Amino acid sequence: MLRAALPLLGLPLAGAGATEKPTQEPGSPGEPPPGLALFRWQWHEVEAPYLVALWILVASLAKIVFHLSRKVTSLVPESCLLILLGLALGGIVLAVAKKAEYQLEPGTFFLFLLPPIVLDSGYFMPSRLFFDNLGAILTYAVVGTLWNAFTTGAALWGLQQAGLVAPRVQAGLLDFLLFGSLISAVDPVAVLAVFEEVHVNETLFIIVFGESLLNDAVTVVLYKVCNSFVEMGSANVRATDYLKGVASLFVVSLGGAAVGLVFAFLLALTTRFTKRVRIIEPLLVFLLAYAAYLTAEMASLSAILAVTMCGLGCKKYVEANISHKSRTAVKYTMKTLASCAETVIFMLLGISAVDSSKWAWDSGLVLGTLFFILFFRALGVVLQTWVLNQFRLVPLDKIDQVVMSYGGLRGAVAFALVILLDRTKVPAKDYFVATTIVVVFFTVIVQGLTIKPLVKWLKVKRSEHHKPTLNQELHEHTFDHILAAVEDVVGHHGYHYWRDRWEQFDKKYLSQLLMRRSAYRIRDQIWDVYYRLNIRDAISFVDQGGHVLSSTGLTLPSMPSRNSMAETSVTNLLRESGSGACLDLQVIDTVRSGRDREDAAMHHLLCGGLYKPRRRYKASCSRHFISEDAQERQDKEVFQQNMKRRLESFKSTKHNICFTKSKPRPRKAGHKKKDGVANTEATNGKPPRDLGFHDTAAVILTVESEEEEDSDSSETEKEDDEGIIFVARATSEVLQEGKASGSLEVCPSPRIIPPSPTCAEKELPWKSGQGDLAVYVSSETTKIVPVDMQTGWNQSISSLESLASPPCTQAPTMTRLPPRPRAPEEPQVPLKLPLSSDPHSCFAFPPSLAKAGRSRSESSADIPQQQELQPLMGHKDHTHLSPGTANSHWCIHFNKGGRL
Amino acid sequence: MGSRSSHAAKIPDVDSIRRETGFSQASLLRLYHRFRALDRTGKGYLSRLDLQQIEALAVNPLGDRIIDSFFPDGSLRLDFPGFVRVLAHFRPVDEEEDGNRDPKEPEPLNSRMNKLRFAFQLYDLDRDGKISRHEMLQVLRLMVGVQVTEEQLESIADRTVQEADEDGDGAVSFLEFTKEGSFLVVEDGHAQLQASILLAVGRDFLFSTIPSRVSLASLEPCPFSRGMELSIWPGLCHVPTTKAKK
Repeated sequence: MLRAALPLLGLPLAGAGATEKPTQEPGSPGEPPPGLALFRWQWHEVEAPYLVALWILVASLAKIVFHLSRKVTSLVPESCLLILLGLALGGIVLAVAKKAEYQLEPGTFFLFLLPPIVLDSGYFMPSRLFFDNLGAILTYAVVGTLWNAFTTGAALWGLQQAGLVAPRVQAGLLDFLLFGSLISAVDPVAVLAVFEEVHVNETLFIIVFGESLLNDAVTVVLYKVCNSFVEMGSANVRATDYLKGVASLFVVSLGGAAVGLVFAFLLALTTRFTKRVRIIEPLLVFLLAYAAYLTAEMASLSAILAVTMCGLGCKKYVEANISHKSRTAVKYTMKTLASCAETVIFMLLGISAVDSSKWAWDSGLVLGTLFFILFFRALGVVLQTWVLNQFRLVPLDKIDQVVMSYGGLRGAVAFALVILLDRTKVPAKDYFVATTIVVVFFTVIVQGLTIKPLVKWLKVKRSEHHKPTLNQELHEHTFDHILAAVEDVVGHHGYHYWRDRWEQFDKKYLSQLLMRRSAYRIRDQIWDVYYRLNIRDAISFVDQGGHVLSSTGLTLPSMPSRNSMAETSVTNLLRESGSGACLDLQVIDTVRSGRDREDAAMHHLLCGGLYKPRRRYKASCSRHFISEDAQERQDKEVFQQNMKRRLESFKSTKHNICFTKSKPRPRKAGHKKKDGVANTEATNGKPPRDLGFHDTAAVILTVESEEEEDSDSSETEKEDDEGIIFVARATSEVLQEGKASGSLEVCPSPRIIPPSPTCAEKELPWKSGQGDLAVYVSSETTKIVPVDMQTGWNQSISSLESLASPPCTQAPTMTRLPPRPRAPEEPQVPLKLPLSSDPHSCFAFPPSLAKAGRSRSESSADIPQQQELQPLMGHKDHTHLSPGTANSHWCIHFNKGGRL
Repeated sequence: MGSRSSHAAKIPDVDSIRRETGFSQASLLRLYHRFRALDRTGKGYLSRLDLQQIEALAVNPLGDRIIDSFFPDGSLRLDFPGFVRVLAHFRPVDEEEDGNRDPKEPEPLNSRMNKLRFAFQLYDLDRDGKISRHEMLQVLRLMVGVQVTEEQLESIADRTVQEADEDGDGAVSFLEFTKEGSFLVVEDGHAQLQASILLAVGRDFLFSTIPSRVSLASLEPCPFSRGMELSIWPGLCHVPTTKAKK
């Protein structure tokens, strides 16, 4: 066997020596070694893992080859190609070894190959979409599978009774039902492989795919029940056994799901404590998910369901807990494993089919099965869709149904199950094997090949890869809120109720328990976007001379980041001077200064920043994907906001009521980028909109500087949690203080302050001219930034490298950055752009900084008394505004500029 | 309240309301009970305060605007026909009726355009038919949480307006509003359940989001027991009677 196999397997290795050596090997083990062998060949010791590695290598190489030609892969799904490759390889093995080797062993398949695929699909399941369509998915998965199994089995039995199946196929009704149960289940691997290339719209995809995942429980139960019935013999089956069978459906499915959720809980809990051992985070994810799979398998529950639920359930918490790098690692490893397993499965499927000793052909059975599975699938889909459409507002139309029927691919699960049959109990096993192979091949190859043209021909709505626009994002949220509000008005509270309760529970206990405290507040997404924007800003500053952004009025969402001019300028400087070695190239590569970049950034910003509508997630029965912590806080926030406005509108004349709110709120003076508007407002003497509020009160923002996520001390983490405390004090005291500070410190009215970008340019002389910018910078870099810059730079690099960590801690060093020559150039604007690390020093700030600046001037003795959340100010913001040392207190005043 | 008789005759002008809004008798009755329940003092109309007392609305960032939309032109009283008229915007689009509707008749309240107009008016506070940058900023300010700074908000508002603004007047007109990119995609009416605006504006605009999300409603007992109303207005089928009794 070795002699036969190795040359084959070694083939792709092309002369690595593997082909010649093994031929001499078989003789050696028998003879006693003549002495110290210079060279020993120990094939047997490495055989198993070696073969595994080789198979995977072959499959991967084949994948590369397939993808060399785009034309081929665009026409033929990869799974087809892999099966064909498997067939060819199997044929060669068969020809050389005279017997078939390397089957797709059910044990291997279920224990090693299937879990990664399922985990991948569960973990990256678009949860909202999934739960949106959960009703349909469950219907198809449960009712559809049962329907398919029974009708196919019964029809085949009828076929046999009619004499169309050769009598040598010895099978009774139960045998056919058993066969029906294993052949009826749509296979997740096959569906995923084919549908991922077809790009039908998401709804269709999630329905077919979700069905294929969830029907595992049904398949397992049916298979087991039928199998045990067959083994017991139909005569011995009692009524209670049928009841048990039905009960086991619930046990297996719910039990599997429960196991998955338990492990999801454990996983989330574990990742909460990995702060200092980041490196094992990805490992934990895989280990615990795999443990879930094995546990479910051990208890003969639905393992697929367990892993799916584990992936679905843990994601929210795990993603919040683990570091950015770990997330990437998890993602890549998962995808790699899944793709690898998928490849091997299809190839082994092809190879297994070659083994003619295992199967026996019967045309009637094969053709009958093919017909019936297609027919009943279509019929089942139509019937169920008809029922479902009674309840769906967006019905599944005929074309969808066609694709769903046609997309019912069978795959390796059916094959593995049929191989598992016991020939002594199921005499017709060989026929079933052959039929299954044909069915799998037919569905994967023929249907897989034709589904793409079919989808095109039927003009099935494809999934669109439109860029997310701000409008979309905004309107989507708006509409959700509108809907929620209207539901409230109407008093629609019905069946979301229990979910509401659960969400409360999750908010209060589960999230608290499972999420790292710092994860509450740190919006990873926002940080991410924000950070990348920072870098992008730096680059576009250089590329466009630093003026374009502000002049077009198209300001970047990261504008405030320019407040941390130090950082930006460091980046610019070093980039200009060509010492790109310091920059994480990866980051730069991915940061294109293009419109789409910005689109994405905005999208994310909105995504993470918009208030989540309360109703929005209610329909999803899982609360593991919802950021509850946000919910609570935002509820409070919005509540107070609303109350504020109501109060204000109450004060104003009744006649005016609807319009009070309609008037734009006053821009908070002094912190506008383009304060032209603010100025005009102020000068026009327009009444401030937020009369009730701003008249009487200045807002003090007490800000806790954010601590790095990665920081070691748990103490700081605690502080971290306290978050930004926005406090409004409706006391004259504060106002006076504000005024006092305004006069004391040279904080000029916004009118005087030029827009901050310009300030920046003035501040940093080398920024003043676009033209000479590059030259100046590149030539002078070393002179301008001798020591401080270097330290600052080093730190900014480290911040670049860890995207997950807020860049605030770097700032203190950089603050000393601006070179001296600044002052004389700009006497009238006593700006110090980079915030000095001393929070009590007083300056005037560029408008964009003013809010921070004012606040800083205040003594931090102003202890907030009455909480008022100011939704417009983010911690993100202040970390950049105030990159001071961690935990420093910032009190921020909001004052109307005109009032100062 | 003692008005729990299941007879629609108690509702004033029930027929004309029904004709105008397209609600079924049963839906109207349900709404009427809700209306009475909201009207705590039994004055026969709703005031702003009545709606503001709905607990959940207080935590809705757009809550006040929604309430305002119930009180057009600064009026202070909301009678039942007005109440129903606003809610009628949220009925799903009647697909069949769309085709063979008498063109002379006014567009039903739940037509796509009217739904969009309703949404548009929530943005367009000064009713000048345009969403200015300023109005956009306000909406954003309402919608966005603490994580985003004022500058970011402004730039987002800028971008949003820019994105939709086709004629370059620096504001979003209703036409542009309806056109904004994805709005077009939707009109050919293929079922699109993805959680995006496509859905919301697409087939059924507002309430379509609920049922789609609630495709699992098919598994809930409620739709079955009250199946009749589900097809009329899925949102309504869940009106809890207990709430209405209060």
